[in-house]
Amino acid sequence: AMARLIWLCLKCIMLYSTVQAVFEDQVGKFDWRQQYVGKVRFSHFDSHVQSSKKVLVATENNVFASLNTRTGELFWRHVDKTGPEGNIDALLQHGQDAVLVVGNGRLLRSWEINIGGLNWEIVLDSGSFQSACLVGQQDTVKHVAVLKKTIISLHYLSNGHQKWIENLPESETVDYQAVYSGGNGEVYALGVVPHSHIAIVAYSLEDGEIIKQVIQMYTPWLSNIQASCSVIDQGVLTCVDSATVSLYMLDLHLQSQMTQIPLQLYVQAFLKKDDSVGYRVIVQTEDHTLTFIQQPGRVMWTREEALSDVVTMEMVDLPLTGTQAELEGEFGKKADGLMSMVLKRLSSQLILLQAWIAHLWKLFYDARKPRSQVKNDVTIENLSRDEFNLQKMMVMVTASGKLFGIDSKTGSILWRHYLNNIPSNPAFKLMVQRTTAHFPHPPQCTLLIKDKDTGLATLHVFNPIFGKKSHISPPPLPQPILQSLILPLMDQDYAKVLLLVDDQYKVSAFPSTKNVLQQLQEMASSIFFYLIDSSQGRLSGYRLRTDLSTELIWEVVVPTEVQRIVSVKGKRPNEHVHSQGRVMGDRSVLYKYLNPNLLAVVLESTDLHQERSFVGILLIDGVTGRIIHEAVQRKARGPVHVVHSENWVVYEYWSTKSRRNEFSVIELYEGMELYNSTVFSSLDRPHAPQVLQQSYIFPSSISTMEATLTEKGITSRHLLIGLPSGGILSLPKMFLDPRRPEIVTEQSREENLIPYAPELLIRTEWFINYNQTVSRVRGIYTAPSGLESTCLVVAYGLDIYQTRVYPSKQFDVLKDDYDYMLISSVLLALFFATMISKRLAEVKLLNRAWR
Amino acid sequence: MARPLPFKIAVVSSVLFIVCTNFVCCNNGRKVGDVMDTEFSGFSVPLEHSFEVDDVAKFRVRGALVLKAGREPSVSLTQSQLSEEDRTKLKDVAAVDGLYRVRVPRVFLQADRQTERQMEGYLTAFVRACAMVESHLSDVISLHTDVSGYLIGVSIVTLPGACRGTEVEDEVDLEVFNTTLSIMAPVNAPGPETALFLERMEMESEKKGKNPQEQKSFFAKYWYLILGGAIFLMVTNSAQPPAGGGREQS
Repeated sequence: AMARLIWLCLKCIMLYSTVQAVFEDQVGKFDWRQQYVGKVRFSHFDSHVQSSKKVLVATENNVFASLNTRTGELFWRHVDKTGPEGNIDALLQHGQDAVLVVGNGRLLRSWEINIGGLNWEIVLDSGSFQSACLVGQQDTVKHVAVLKKTIISLHYLSNGHQKWIENLPESETVDYQAVYSGGNGEVYALGVVPHSHIAIVAYSLEDGEIIKQVIQMYTPWLSNIQASCSVIDQGVLTCVDSATVSLYMLDLHLQSQMTQIPLQLYVQAFLKKDDSVGYRVIVQTEDHTLTFIQQPGRVMWTREEALSDVVTMEMVDLPLTGTQAELEGEFGKKADGLMSMVLKRLSSQLILLQAWIAHLWKLFYDARKPRSQVKNDVTIENLSRDEFNLQKMMVMVTASGKLFGIDSKTGSILWRHYLNNIPSNPAFKLMVQRTTAHFPHPPQCTLLIKDKDTGLATLHVFNPIFGKKSHISPPPLPQPILQSLILPLMDQDYAKVLLLVDDQYKVSAFPSTKNVLQQLQEMASSIFFYLIDSSQGRLSGYRLRTDLSTELIWEVVVPTEVQRIVSVKGKRPNEHVHSQGRVMGDRSVLYKYLNPNLLAVVLESTDLHQERSFVGILLIDGVTGRIIHEAVQRKARGPVHVVHSENWVVYEYWSTKSRRNEFSVIELYEGMELYNSTVFSSLDRPHAPQVLQQSYIFPSSISTMEATLTEKGITSRHLLIGLPSGGILSLPKMFLDPRRPEIVTEQSREENLIPYAPELLIRTEWFINYNQTVSRVRGIYTAPSGLESTCLVVAYGLDIYQTRVYPSKQFDVLKDDYDYMLISSVLLALFFATMISKRLAEVKLLNRAWR
Repeated sequence: MARPLPFKIAVVSSVLFIVCTNFVCCNNGRKVGDVMDTEFSGFSVPLEHSFEVDDVAKFRVRGALVLKAGREPSVSLTQSQLSEEDRTKLKDVAAVDGLYRVRVPRVFLQADRQTERQMEGYLTAFVRACAMVESHLSDVISLHTDVSGYLIGVSIVTLPGACRGTEVEDEVDLEVFNTTLSIMAPVNAPGPETALFLERMEMESEKKGKNPQEQKSFFAKYWYLILGGAIFLMVTNSAQPPAGGGREQS
């Protein structure tokens, strides 16, 4: 027993040294998560209990959720499969039950709405879903009717079992679109022959027999019952003809002639659902904001559902505080006399002192209050950079065209801006033209909005901290835009130059001041860019001419009959690499091939047969068009996820031969000596790099992948992998190293290389989001912070999750629980001990001298 | 893994290169044919170059590439000397930092018939003209094919690659091209090495089975260390109340 105990102790010690996960008391300290549901398709107020606080929503992102009407928070949420398989076709509610038709009429589900549990689920007969309704009076609903293209079926509400199923008469010609029952023993199927007439079939509730079948008069204006008609008040079918602005009514029980009532219509397009009582309104506006209004004019809460569909984002440093900026401003201005300078300095020092005292006072004041009451409300006014630049502004661009500014520390939305001229099929590219480092010039972001169909683009220039549109008017772009690139050149106001290449291969610059144009002319011969036309498989390189026209300088053509270009990945421009090489076991150095212009081009075969399909990787220099390396992964297919950084490319693919996901890593080395150690030029690197490659088995499919990024690139790199399960895995890059030896030698041990193992294991402590599942991750964004050890991570998909990661642990930060008391008391004790011993030694020496 | 193939190609191309230079010596004819079939099932395509002071590309024939399809495709080049006029022009272009461009037509190596081989368009690459001059026309041209044998790219570098502004005697150094030529097909990327790993595991377990000394349990071997550690732990534990596990931040 003793031995066992010791063994346990040892295990604990070992674990302590390796564990790198979040501890319980750190949960929510550096990270936050926001959950969204998406654009609402159906919603229902839970009205069966007077005091109910629930509203049920089913959304276009295949999410079924219950929201708190007081606060707008989620009670529960169910995320179904993406795509048409999980599509929610109908939402019906009765009492405690909510009935959903899912996947184009494939499944019928009943949910318990209090806790969100599944009551039952049944598989429906095949057929395209049209409509569903509850059958029964207000309180005695016992059945659900489901109408499909050719059949109508009735199910018990209690268990989902089918009561009867019947074919619809003349279903080839009549387009049945709606089903209705008033609860009097009849179920009506309403169909329409487009531009001709309405057909109504009445079934008996008991056995499904056809009681009546009526073909109604001429209704040429009607083609869609769901869109323009509804059944109101005990079986009166009401239809709207928007062309003649008329209202038609038809009593279903009597089947009298349809009566026409002309009226003026005012349709508020954004109104999604109105509660029957009229006191509570839930409104979805076209920017996907869900607003809950209790009494006229009183907004209870809003949910920014646009954030469930983030397309791209950037993180921008926060500005300095007013006082810091004051100090900075002093240096920016021109000197005007000694005296005024001294006065200025004194005044700014005074301001600083004042701010410091105010800060102390606040600290003292807060310390007296209990913890829970201290609120650190972040508002746009008190935004300022913290000591280590850990708090940043997240600028998020959503598919609906709404921009958000979110505080990265708390996740609160600080500004929002809706762009209302977004094309239907947009592509966005967000660029930071000027950071906050150039006070007094405001920071500046530019969003390029491109219509994918026409190629026409517009620019939106704004201040990323306040969200305000800049007073600088962007140039009009009459031609379709092929490529945009941010140059490291700056104009006199420190804004980086954005180059836009149109379909005539003409280049325009923004900003296009005289200064910029002059710089461009000087630099023209060293400005290269590439264009990719994936439909023709053409990669081409251009060089800028002094008159801002371009010349074609290289061309690589990949035949589209065999393969297609799937993605092209360059390196991130703000990436730093600290070490030029790797020290080998024998103390020699293997130099990395650090080509900043390298592009990783992913090709997938057009032939999808599992024996012949392949995934190709082309490494091309973006300046010279030189193919540095060309590899082909046979019997593999996409989707391929790629990360390209430093001197390595990591990609993930599906192996059709072994039916599993595999990772492959390519590393490029110059060799044992550098060609030119001072500067890298693509035009002068005649020797091809050495290429090393290794592959591994990965036990899960992945949704997205990104690499960590730190300020100076000293910290080791991790790969952040978004898994379909909602976890975000932080996989050390050292596991993906083509130099991992198959046979361990003294040298490889010296180098700390892990022996090769074909499988990469997923260790649970590598999940950076512990139990905070991030549903449907689509992208991961990483940004460096002011601390070298720390990388900021934002994962976005249906949810948004922000956290920090420390790939090499927090080597530059003292621990939270660092014992300042102990260290200072030890220091003090040592100090006194030396003083006393010195005194004693003196006395002793004196005594000896006397003797 | 990637070593043997380029190495072989290098050997082959250097042999070819010697052949070429010999051929060039006795070949004074400027005229190099367009696409034509040669006797050893290879076929020839023109290699064109362009260097103009105003940088508007005007391609002229530099030589003929003889491509040989097959499992291991090979390539050879016959090219003529630079004329007096071209030499001065190249130096002029180098002086204004112009480009020296080359292009080859897109071809499909594995096709049997001539008509199927030729495809529309060209593959182009460039190098700075000054680098061409300063390297005394020593260039390395590589042709890249894709999996199925389509030519997808051409690249040219000079050795040495830098432009240092050194003067070049035109008569001697700018006459003959000193070209190293290669054709490269994509490298097969390795899959996960499961077989070798399993073999190694088996070997290790066998080794363990043979050596009974190794089979001694962990405790039998290190009992004294464990005991020492335990005593040390006890001493430290009694000396200091343990801090909460959660505070032990890594």
